[in-house]
Amino acid sequence: MKKFDPHALRREFPIFNRKIFGKPLTYLDSAASAQKPRILLESLKSFFENHYANIHRGVYLLSFEATEMYEAARNKVAQYLGTQNPKEIVFVRGATEGINLVATCFGKTFVHEGDEILISHLEHHSNIVPWQMMVEERGAHLKVIPINQNGDLDLEAYQKLLTKKTRMVAVTHVSNALGTVNPIRTLSDLAHKRGAKILVDGAQALAHAPTNVCELDCDFYVFSGHKLYGPNGIGAVYGKKELWEKLPPYQGGGDMIESVTFEKTTYAHVPQKFEAGTPNIAGAIGLGAVIDFLKTLDWESIKIHEKNMVDLILKGLAEFPQVKLIGMPTQRMGVVSFVIDAIHPHDIGTILDREGIAIRAGHHCAQPLMDFFKIPATVRASVGIYTTPEDIQTFIVGIKKVLEVFKL
Amino acid sequence: MSDLEDLYQELILDHSRHPRNFGHIEKPTCEAQGYNPLCGDKINLSIKIQDGVINDVKFEGSGCAISTAAASMLTEEMKGKKINEVDPIFQAFHSLVTGSDKKTDIDLGKLASMEGVKEFPMRVKCATLSWHTLKAALEKKEEIVSTE
Repeated sequence: MKKFDPHALRREFPIFNRKIFGKPLTYLDSAASAQKPRILLESLKSFFENHYANIHRGVYLLSFEATEMYEAARNKVAQYLGTQNPKEIVFVRGATEGINLVATCFGKTFVHEGDEILISHLEHHSNIVPWQMMVEERGAHLKVIPINQNGDLDLEAYQKLLTKKTRMVAVTHVSNALGTVNPIRTLSDLAHKRGAKILVDGAQALAHAPTNVCELDCDFYVFSGHKLYGPNGIGAVYGKKELWEKLPPYQGGGDMIESVTFEKTTYAHVPQKFEAGTPNIAGAIGLGAVIDFLKTLDWESIKIHEKNMVDLILKGLAEFPQVKLIGMPTQRMGVVSFVIDAIHPHDIGTILDREGIAIRAGHHCAQPLMDFFKIPATVRASVGIYTTPEDIQTFIVGIKKVLEVFKL
Repeated sequence: MSDLEDLYQELILDHSRHPRNFGHIEKPTCEAQGYNPLCGDKINLSIKIQDGVINDVKFEGSGCAISTAAASMLTEEMKGKKINEVDPIFQAFHSLVTGSDKKTDIDLGKLASMEGVKEFPMRVKCATLSWHTLKAALEKKEEIVSTE
């Protein structure tokens, strides 16, 4: 394992050679999408130059190689998530498609009229809308676990909301808007006691620390490759094998069948059953390469470093009385959300952009959460493995500039 | 002047902090809602028209400095204008904020202060949301106007 040095690691990400309006790039938007390490670009180049072909069923060498590489990537994802069985991993376009897949297929089998699905007030739209669509179709109900002003889940309320009607609890591992880390193991134990299943949206969490789905004891875990320093358009769903086997297919098409006649089709086994059509082959292989890279990193040091970066942001912002933090979660990962009195987040975003600083301004696809705090939007700064103390310094100077422009 | 100072000049900051004609007209001749789903800016524009002339126009809603200032200036500039004058002014304003070369001899008054937007293509929608809403109100469109 390499000794962790954020400046050295940063050099593995070519985008940081780029100048933005003549200034070095200060990238504090990894929560939206993480930048890409050189190793990803090299792996994609090598795949397309040397091994590209469609996978499965090809009898020629290239197709065999591409298939091997694609399935090896599945193995890598499985191991990274802490399961020994690669058949529990289904490749999808991203966390959004993953949640849609589970909501749709799980709903068809397990959700009936009057049943309940539990989500939380912290959720991203992608962990709200698919369930809304499903309960509407199934005549079921969506219930919401409340949060407190800090942005922590109300665990007492959660226990009361869990009933024998609850079929699924769908919660985020880490809130994309506030950085709240949810106590997943506690949530899953309580859900299972009530006979409910639990899906965890790992889109934010996985980039900040490897996870272990067995320790979390979740039934489904979804994530997107692009937030994990990997390619866009690829992600994966982990699901417990016995659950996958009870679900109907998501989409019909090639690759997901065993045999087709006009009268009757029998389906392939899991995971192919859920991967209709030619998948994102290069995306999966690229994701595998990135996981290989991530596995060489010293995550204990990275976790401490990222926490230090978040603390530096909090400390820097505390200098400005005009800044109001949104959410003070007990356990926070990667993200700081705030507003400035009398300056709209988009104006802040525009001014910071001219300083080469990329942050996110908006509702972060979490409008119910914004409504909870009675604000239309926040500014969100988020860190990654390549964030340095200099980035945070530049950001804090940028905030000073914002206040100057607005003469506050 | 730097791009930023030009964008956030005194007049624009003043209109964003103290928007003129903020509110809702009772029994308006027409009104419309505008929405920018990307940033969540929302605006309601209500208008009183008499004999083809905009007698009064008010707006309410929430948004960034650019969209609030643009709406505030719109209400000031549109009062007393004939309905058929709206379109050419909108066209001229649109050309101004997008930096298009179309020549025009229309006097944009205070609206001219928004020229700085042309250096910020991502903010053009903020500047034009109230204008799209005005057009929708005049055309009596019932669905919410979206910038997307």
